[in-house]
Amino acid sequence: MRSEEVYKKYPRNEASNMIAMLQDVQEVHGYLPEDDIIRVAKHLNVPTSRVYGVATFYNQFRLTPLGKHVIRVCRGTACHVKGSLDILNTLEAELGIKAGETTKDLQFTIETVACIGACSIAPVIVIDDKYYGGLTSKSVYKLITEYRKKEDQADKA
Amino acid sequence: MNIKINNNEFWANPGDTILQVAKREGIKIPTLCYLSDLSPTGACRICVVEIENGQLVPACAYPVYDGMVVQTNSKKVRRSRKSIIELLIANHPQDCLVCVRNGCCDLQDLAAEYGVRSYRYVGEKRSGKLDLASPAVERDPEKCILCGRCVRMCHEVQNVGAIDFVDRGFYSQVAPAMNRSLNTTACVYCGQCIVACPVGALREKSYLKQAWEAINDPDIHVIAQVAPAVRVAIGEEFGMAPGSITTGKIPAALRRIGINEVFDTNFAADLTIMEEANELIERIQSGGKLPLFTSCSPGWIKYVEHFYPELLEYISTCKSPQGMQGAVIKSYYAQKTGIDPKKIFVLSIMPCTAKKFEAGRPELSVSHTEPDVDVVLSTREFARMMRIAGIDFTRMPDEGFDDPLGESTGAGVIFGASGGVMEAALRTAHYMITGKDMDRIDFTPVRGLQGVKESSIKIGNATLNVAAVSGLHNIDHFLEDVRNGKSTYHFIEVMACPGGCINGGGQPLPSTPEKIQKRMEAIYEIDRSLPKRCSHYNESIKTLYDEFLGKPGGHKSHEILHTHFTKRESI
Repeated sequence: MRSEEVYKKYPRNEASNMIAMLQDVQEVHGYLPEDDIIRVAKHLNVPTSRVYGVATFYNQFRLTPLGKHVIRVCRGTACHVKGSLDILNTLEAELGIKAGETTKDLQFTIETVACIGACSIAPVIVIDDKYYGGLTSKSVYKLITEYRKKEDQADKA
Repeated sequence: MNIKINNNEFWANPGDTILQVAKREGIKIPTLCYLSDLSPTGACRICVVEIENGQLVPACAYPVYDGMVVQTNSKKVRRSRKSIIELLIANHPQDCLVCVRNGCCDLQDLAAEYGVRSYRYVGEKRSGKLDLASPAVERDPEKCILCGRCVRMCHEVQNVGAIDFVDRGFYSQVAPAMNRSLNTTACVYCGQCIVACPVGALREKSYLKQAWEAINDPDIHVIAQVAPAVRVAIGEEFGMAPGSITTGKIPAALRRIGINEVFDTNFAADLTIMEEANELIERIQSGGKLPLFTSCSPGWIKYVEHFYPELLEYISTCKSPQGMQGAVIKSYYAQKTGIDPKKIFVLSIMPCTAKKFEAGRPELSVSHTEPDVDVVLSTREFARMMRIAGIDFTRMPDEGFDDPLGESTGAGVIFGASGGVMEAALRTAHYMITGKDMDRIDFTPVRGLQGVKESSIKIGNATLNVAAVSGLHNIDHFLEDVRNGKSTYHFIEVMACPGGCINGGGQPLPSTPEKIQKRMEAIYEIDRSLPKRCSHYNESIKTLYDEFLGKPGGHKSHEILHTHFTKRESI
């Protein structure tokens, strides 16, 4: 769906469509750009503050773009016991962002999840669709360096 | 139906909440998030009471039923309320000593009433960034207890929606969209959120420092002007009964603080009437844009600029009384006395927070570079100033305002209550059209605290349809009608704050409907007691026109007293 179609799809001034509309906007952009939050508010004739309130209330909505690679760090009990906080700290320090944020070059986003369900290989992270288990600070550092290298090569090519 | 509260039987209406019955019967149940007339949210739980099955329910949101048994003072209730207060305090900066609401804070009062003597819970506190960017209203999210009163006020009463709840759980806060500063939003600075706030999370931007600096500078000629609604409210700050009339004490106090001259904004209100009545008649006679909307309330003006910019030409081009007084001081008065306008400092005492913003509007300034009004203090700040100066306001003698901008009539003072500008303008319009005064000077259909008051009045051969509206949510259907070409009105007065300036965002706190009623009664009592009650009989106004302005609506008047407003974009 393109952005314009979202605004055509929903009638004006029908505030009850707010969540569905925000979902569609996110579908288009991967997140909710500020301009669209303002535009949705005007379209539905509700204050922008209300749309922003809804957008920040629900976990499903993102206000920043996702990176090319989404790194999900499991912070479930088993991973925690096996040192997942160190893994998270290493990732945050290495990428210069906090969990929930995206790097400036839009390459990486770090997210935390409660439990991925792969406790047998704790501590575990998921990058895009690939699982990496039994990690240490050292090995996660290596892993990220490799991802970066690949991206650099892709850029050069 | 009958319900039992604390073993006494009371009669109740179906649909009443427990709180409504208790209030009626004089049984006190503490509240925090509750705001009368607005939808109850049951958010803070401080009003919990125990019902017959031992359940704790919020009295503000729980409907009564026949045979209900309520305990407002059981062990369970007391413990629960105290815990709620302790938990609220645990997530609060606890900086009462340096808080602007020290001594006037619902949370502080509750902690005192329930005997909280220690900080029982210690934990992480919510953080939030101070928002000091606007010229009128400041936000301090760390003090916020998330009662949501400001949010309901802003959305339901003022229809602005500049702030709302943002984020969730522990990270929730009240903030504008995108967590921006208020000055980038459609906030109209009415300050009703401050009136609604039980703590110090919302407050006016204080200009006391600038005021003192000017007063202390021997080279600066400091002139104060005092709005009509201040004189019926400031007494409350000093323990006087609500509705106490302190017209004479105010100039006395200002002189003792060190103000060089004290002029009356009521004078400028009379001047506004001369111009606005003339504008109304001109528009009617020449087929101009009707209805004519008043322009005194800066919150209302900003509301139109944001939400109905295509209707701006319906707004009166008259500056507000504050703006006119400033303009006349920096032009006529400066010329007359030979004082360099750059050496004149105009300090307004206003019941309003939006006036702080209005004072900085370049389109209101005679010179277009320097503001005509240099600093605006709210009624509350003026009280603070007197306390600092050691002035016992209650013992001030009655003194008069200074000439040549101090004389006023009853028409000027009623600007302070919703419907007053309308009534004052009709008194003079009647005289301008027919050459004689109305048979009855009092035009009561537009008086009172209701949000919408409508009437018709026959002046000469014409019948004018008029309305006085206060509380911005009440104005929308009038504006929609104008937009669709369906409006049958000639003249509509709008005040942003419910009830008008007597309930302004800068007035003494806490504000209650009973106090607003008393302030309104006092306004009309002053009007009744004055020898002159129509603006066109103000001798100083006549002199001003003779010596300087020419005639109402004339070239010079337009240059000095009129302005235009412009479309504003914002979120």
